[in-house]
Amino acid sequence: MSSPSDATAHDAHPHEHPSYVQHHFDTAAQQYDTAKLGMWVFIATEILMFGGLFVAYALMKAREPDVFIAGHHYLNKEMGALNTVVLLFSSLTAALAVRSSQLGKRNETSAWLVTTILCACVFLVVKYFEYSHKIEEGLLPGRYFGHPFFDMSAAPAFHEALPSRANMFFGLYFIMTGLHGLHVLIGMGILSWVLLRNIRGEFSAEYFTAVDLGALYWHLVDLVWIYLFPLLYLIG
Amino acid sequence: MSTHDEATLNTNYLTATKGWKSWAFTLDHKRIGLMYLVFVLAAFLAGGIFALLVRTELMSHGPTIVSGPTYNKLFTLHGAIMVFLFIIPSIPASLGNFILPIQLGAKDVAFPKLNLLSFYVYLCGATLTLLSIAHGSVDTGWTFYTPYSLQDPEAATKVLYMTLGVFVLGFSSILTGLNFLVSIHKLRAPGLTWTRLPLFIWGMYATSIMQVLATPVLAITLLMLVFERVFGLGIFDPKLGGDPILFQHFFWFYSHPAVYIMIVPGMAVVSELFATFSRRVIFGYFAVAMSSLGLALVGFIVWAHHMFTSGMSEFANMLFSALTFLVAIPSGVKVFNWTATLYKGSISFAPPMLYALAFLFLFTIGGLTGLFLGTLNTDIHLHDTYFVVAHFHYVMMGGTVIGFIGGLLYWWPKMTGKMYHFGGATVGAWLTFIGFNVTFLSQFVLGSRGMPRRYYDYLPEFESLHRVSTFGAYILASGLFTTAGVLIHSLAKGRAAGRNPWGSVALEWKTQTPPVFQNFEQTPIITKGPYDYHLASDEELVEDLYAPDAAE
Repeated sequence: MSSPSDATAHDAHPHEHPSYVQHHFDTAAQQYDTAKLGMWVFIATEILMFGGLFVAYALMKAREPDVFIAGHHYLNKEMGALNTVVLLFSSLTAALAVRSSQLGKRNETSAWLVTTILCACVFLVVKYFEYSHKIEEGLLPGRYFGHPFFDMSAAPAFHEALPSRANMFFGLYFIMTGLHGLHVLIGMGILSWVLLRNIRGEFSAEYFTAVDLGALYWHLVDLVWIYLFPLLYLIG
Repeated sequence: MSTHDEATLNTNYLTATKGWKSWAFTLDHKRIGLMYLVFVLAAFLAGGIFALLVRTELMSHGPTIVSGPTYNKLFTLHGAIMVFLFIIPSIPASLGNFILPIQLGAKDVAFPKLNLLSFYVYLCGATLTLLSIAHGSVDTGWTFYTPYSLQDPEAATKVLYMTLGVFVLGFSSILTGLNFLVSIHKLRAPGLTWTRLPLFIWGMYATSIMQVLATPVLAITLLMLVFERVFGLGIFDPKLGGDPILFQHFFWFYSHPAVYIMIVPGMAVVSELFATFSRRVIFGYFAVAMSSLGLALVGFIVWAHHMFTSGMSEFANMLFSALTFLVAIPSGVKVFNWTATLYKGSISFAPPMLYALAFLFLFTIGGLTGLFLGTLNTDIHLHDTYFVVAHFHYVMMGGTVIGFIGGLLYWWPKMTGKMYHFGGATVGAWLTFIGFNVTFLSQFVLGSRGMPRRYYDYLPEFESLHRVSTFGAYILASGLFTTAGVLIHSLAKGRAAGRNPWGSVALEWKTQTPPVFQNFEQTPIITKGPYDYHLASDEELVEDLYAPDAAE
């Protein structure tokens, strides 16, 4: 089936595949590089997606700076700062999980992964308190602005200090932090799955791709927050 | 971690495993490509029927078959279905999925599970779009411009279904692009260097870059539109202090690259066709390869040429007009190099080649009329007229769809193992070509005389040309149905195709017809370029149209 000039090679399987190498890869190294490039490309798409929100933010902020300044005073800087510290720490523990996985230290890897997931929980709990406070106060997006608990019959409220366009600021606040929060949730799911596989003993010093990629994704989640925090909480 | 034994892996992929589950849960790129093919062709049929209804309504001045509001829904559905459900996935997801790994000498794409996921995500997106139709359908045009997509309180559910459908379809497109990009980087067979890559792969590479970088922006735009609709965000809605032009910027930041996501695969296909049916190396191979990347790059910096009359600043208008002319460079490189490939080539007029030649002719018209629209002052006159409609149909249909059908006819024997009737396919090609030109040449004239696009009715003096255009559409439809009939007939009655029916030296023709489950029994080693006819042995160039043992 092949011509002399395209002489086909030696056997397609020159050596036995280790069990973790999928059929369509020749070597473990090829599989690892492929997975890693795939994750980087995926991270590029995520950045482009958040990028759209940042552009909307930048444009609106440039046009209506007063609205943003007035609105941001109602965000809780302490909670935001706490969450920033928590996420930064979780990125460190995620990196340590990769390191211990590379060294083949299974129990240590599990411990770091659990720490990372716990940090993510702390982040979401803090976020929950922030959100419920906003909902109680009626600091809500768009037409729900000034209506505590989304209740349109509730008295349109007390924020005389806020310009009416602050509804747009809180809309952006909820979309940006909400989409980020969704990514935290997805990240927790990914890391839990990686943890499960680690406990099952699927990883070794030779094969730790999923730990590496899970951590890479987690760093993206962290990175987005590093931009969100100052842009939303610290613009005054 | 393949669960299949060697014997299964070296059996015809269509019969290697059996049962509906072996299709529904397949990770084989060839089967996923075929499943995509079935659904994109169904979308093409649906979009085509809407087109015929639109053209029939426009046949006569005054109401003809439907009411004005229905007409608005018809053209919206025609546009949305054709763009999001048919043309964008057409070549990459169906032909690309099938051929790209084989051309790479690989056993599959980099992430087979993501590939299957992308197919099901596509089905979910299509279902959401259908739900929007079931709820009465939208009339915003395929662009969902604000405030059209915001102002009608009755339309909330349908607009949400439609935008969510397109949002979901975007993820399918991203996953395909990601898979191809990584496959091309990491799964090339030994010896398949970047300069030995077929131009189809180069085109898919450029397309994937655009899919991966532009589609997320559409996703976030549609998400913001949904929020605008549900919460009254005040970012896009002018009534609430938002900026509708911002929506247009966001939308075209995706949708202009999307135009190249559509046309570059068409160019990628015809590059293969010109080489095979001229028996020549593609003239200026490297320039053609780079021009695909050039289009991907330029595609990201010209989006606002869709908005010259929207109320941007004079400076922005001039800047985007000037940048738009850059598009002519990579497009020109391709057209001239294809023409030079034909020169002194040993040309055969097999049905796929007819489509390649039609592409050359139609894309050139589509491209040159683009210059009228990129020029600021003529665009002010021609904007939102039938001239624009004709221009982008020459590129989208005359380019991409013609390229798609050409590619389908070219790889059909490899995909299905059956050869179709040449006479029927040739008649189909000519009817399509003639019908297409009758339909859309008349629209250039209509547009330059001032006929606005998307209007339900028109002045009596436009009637004769509208009638010509409608009859052209009927001829076009007859050509497409002829081709469809020829292909369906081949499935039932066609003779078994040979390994290399076109006598091509490209890699995908060196494996069995249809290919085995793992594409090649042994990983091929590549020692020369994909179009090196001058280096080929006689044995390689033999055209075996039919399999030797195929009894008539």
